[in-house]
Amino acid sequence: MKKKSSEAAQTGILQGTLDMLILQTLVPGPAHGHTIAHVIGHRSEEILLVEHGSLYPALHRLEDRGWIAWFWGTSENNRKARYYRLTAAGRKQLHVETSRWERIVRAVNQVLRPAEE
Amino acid sequence: MSWRRFIRRKYWDAERAREIQAYLEAETADNISRGMSAEDALSAARRTFGNPTLIREEIYRMNSVSWFESVLQDVRYGIRLLWTNPGFAAVAILSLALGIGANTAIFQLVDAVRLRSLPVKDPHELVEIKIIGGNRGMGLNGPHGELTLPIWQEIRRDHPPFSGVFAWGKDQSVIGEGAALEQVNTLLMSREGFRTLGIEPWRGRLLQDSDEHACPSSTVVVSHAYWQSRMGSRPIDGTTKLLVDGEMMQVVGVTPPSFFGLAVGENFDIVLPMCRPKQLARNIFMISVMGRLKPGWTISQASARFTGLSPGIMAATEIQGYDSRAVARYRQFRLGVYPASSGVSYLREAFDSSLRLLLAITGLVLLIACANIANLLLARATTREREVAVRLALGAGRLRLFRQMLVESSLLAAIGMGLGLALAQVLSRVLVHALSTQDDAVYLPTGTDFRVLFFASATALLTCLIFGIAPALRASGIDPMAAMKAGGRGATASRERFSLQRMMIVVQMSVSLLLLVIALLFVHSFYNLMTFNPGMREHGITVAFIGLNKSHLAKDRILEFQRQLVGEVQTIPGVISAATTTSVPLLGNSWTHGITAGRVENDSKFAWVSPGYFATMDIPILRGRGFTASDTGTSPRVAVVNQAFVRRFFDNADPIGQILRTHAEPDYPATIYQIVGIMPDTLYNDIRGDRPPMVLAPALQFPNPVPWTAMMIRSGLTTTAAGEAVKSRILSNHPEIIMECRSFETRIHDGLVREKMMAMLSGFFGAVAALLSMIGLYGVISYFVTRRRSEIGIRIAIGAHRGQVVAMIMREAGMLVAAGVLIGTVVAFAASRAAASLLFNLKPYDPSTFAAAAFLLAAIGALAGFIPARRASKLDPMASLRAE
Repeated sequence: MKKKSSEAAQTGILQGTLDMLILQTLVPGPAHGHTIAHVIGHRSEEILLVEHGSLYPALHRLEDRGWIAWFWGTSENNRKARYYRLTAAGRKQLHVETSRWERIVRAVNQVLRPAEE
Repeated sequence: MSWRRFIRRKYWDAERAREIQAYLEAETADNISRGMSAEDALSAARRTFGNPTLIREEIYRMNSVSWFESVLQDVRYGIRLLWTNPGFAAVAILSLALGIGANTAIFQLVDAVRLRSLPVKDPHELVEIKIIGGNRGMGLNGPHGELTLPIWQEIRRDHPPFSGVFAWGKDQSVIGEGAALEQVNTLLMSREGFRTLGIEPWRGRLLQDSDEHACPSSTVVVSHAYWQSRMGSRPIDGTTKLLVDGEMMQVVGVTPPSFFGLAVGENFDIVLPMCRPKQLARNIFMISVMGRLKPGWTISQASARFTGLSPGIMAATEIQGYDSRAVARYRQFRLGVYPASSGVSYLREAFDSSLRLLLAITGLVLLIACANIANLLLARATTREREVAVRLALGAGRLRLFRQMLVESSLLAAIGMGLGLALAQVLSRVLVHALSTQDDAVYLPTGTDFRVLFFASATALLTCLIFGIAPALRASGIDPMAAMKAGGRGATASRERFSLQRMMIVVQMSVSLLLLVIALLFVHSFYNLMTFNPGMREHGITVAFIGLNKSHLAKDRILEFQRQLVGEVQTIPGVISAATTTSVPLLGNSWTHGITAGRVENDSKFAWVSPGYFATMDIPILRGRGFTASDTGTSPRVAVVNQAFVRRFFDNADPIGQILRTHAEPDYPATIYQIVGIMPDTLYNDIRGDRPPMVLAPALQFPNPVPWTAMMIRSGLTTTAAGEAVKSRILSNHPEIIMECRSFETRIHDGLVREKMMAMLSGFFGAVAALLSMIGLYGVISYFVTRRRSEIGIRIAIGAHRGQVVAMIMREAGMLVAAGVLIGTVVAFAASRAAASLLFNLKPYDPSTFAAAAFLLAAIGALAGFIPARRASKLDPMASLRAE
């Protein structure tokens, strides 16, 4: 039997981090899966999302937890697509996760480059 | 884990597949617009996306409830396995169903008799007021008669711990007249009764205050069953009337179907308001009093309060006409309060120990069934070794395998429980029916309530654990390497492997022996009772119960009229002799008088009989004389006493010519009798009982003539024919008489219904236990033979005789049976003592019973062993060796 997080581990980012990135991508407005994958891919210079497919289990999970909701929309090239948007709970979760992330980054930086030496 | 997604996961899978497809299309389009060829664009899109199948699988797994699914898988696999082994499945399920069904049926009875609350509002508040320790035989006692009407009046006036209080009693009435006369059970109820119980009418109204007035009553309430069966469920209105005990009464309402009264196991047809007789008899204990505790009162507080009130109550209700000693005893009576949430019951006392013993017996039968199934499963686990080994080698977890085995057992247990519950419904009805007799129908609501369901499922779970764990442990503990290497080619099976199976056979055999011993004990005890000589004739006697209420005879004419009736009956063709008595023997009636004779003061049984009594009942007069027509109401008082009386009062000296004096009681003034004869000791009111001191006096000298008598009729006819003949003769001469006839012998045997039930059921379960053990032994021996086929083949090939092979296998079986019999004997010796109080004229360690049980089991064991042994001896050595 395979471990549940095998796909996320392949991409090298933690599950929670991917969730946070997706939520952040949806802050400006609703988007569909393809767009989300490309936004994360581009902004991270193709480092964070090596395989775009691993986005979909994450979307499934976020939807399950009620952090994002979906609706049918029409894409730029006139295709029917599943659009995702942030819910209120998602917004709150994003806040929790970013502040936690910032704390961790600050702490790691403190260790790597102590402020006064 | 999400049940919502789990249930719709097919939908979700399709949904995600579509989304993935959408991504690929969009990406391909983007790539083409960047200038790639269509083919490159698609493969580039696929590269960027990753493996879509893996992604879908991951999402699918997210939607699953994994433990549930694997259990579902196990269940499906288990059903398939059972399906491919129908023989195994049938034996296992049937024996489980029988075991669980029998246990549940007995438990249903225990539940109905002991545990169920009365179907009334807030039953836990109900309590009963009784004299602590009972009234010690004082006065006259009716069914459920704990208190007298005067005592009830006192309690009704002042009952601080209760928010409500009421009195009830049981009686018999007749409805209709002439040939359509019908005897019914009557519930007497004081006006507060239904209100206090919180029972709502089904139709019309129940009792109200205005119904309770002088006797006889003029209103009647009928039970739901009576209303349905006898009144055709017709609406109740002003014209609905019934002729009850010769009085036309207005039917005012119907009680709800769930209300059977306050006595568990009995029922009633009509409810009469408890009327107020002109004179409240102070010596008739005919009612029970129940109350509802006020909030804040406990039973012990209430009890203490009534004990405190008792001296005043007893002083106010003192019985007149007794001698001073009896009066003093009466004044010492104290009232106590007892819980009554589950009503009162004679069944409870009579059947409590029997039912508990039966529950133990059925539990043991179930244990044997479990051992059988465990053995079958163990045998199968061994044949499935290879399958398990392959699965282990392929990486299956041992826990997973263990769980799968347990799921299989649970499946068996669950099916067994379902069938068992269904079987229990039938069995418990049969049981209730078996407890009923012509005159004492038992009414028990034996439905399945939550307690029964809980009991059945707990039993099923327990059985599943008992028979499932060992095989599951064994199967999941296999070493795959060894099993693969040895698989199917072991020349001889190791003894160690069989030890568990051997052990279980020994357990089965010993438990079977125990059950056989108990069964034989009860059958033997029942036989003893049926053939026991009570010292008087039982066969060919018809008892006629004769009511003269409607004859309106003056009190001083009653005895003479009864004498005439005896004369009329004696002229009926076929009747040999007849006699009246005030107390029919062996049917539970008791009549005790305080007596002084010689220098001794003590109690003796007492009855007034007509002259033909001794001849009719075949009781010889040992010395002196019996009664004659010249012993009349005006002649000197005379008496015949039995030998026990002579021992108690005269220390075995000759009592003929001596006198005895009865102590005064209400309506029975102190009287002097001269002893004129001695008769042998006979059993008194119970065939299981003793032979107490006894006085018989002539019927015409009965001091308190009542318009009622019992006549013992000996005839050459069948008791039914005699009854019919007597009835038609008496009713044609005196149509106003109310009477019924019964076979004396049948009535006595009806009283042995508990013993009959124990003999029948323990016999049945003993047989089932023996049968199950036989199947078990047969299965295991057959299995040994199969496993040792090649060894036996070699033995035969190198010259062993067929007889030697049979002997070898039989030795195997014999050892197991012998060990079982030995252990079983020891256990039975210790355990059968629990049955001692239920046995009649039989010691629980009766050696012949033990010997018979051991012999029976040995015979069964020999039969079970012989069949596979014979098969082994017929083995073709070539075939069995080649099969390797």
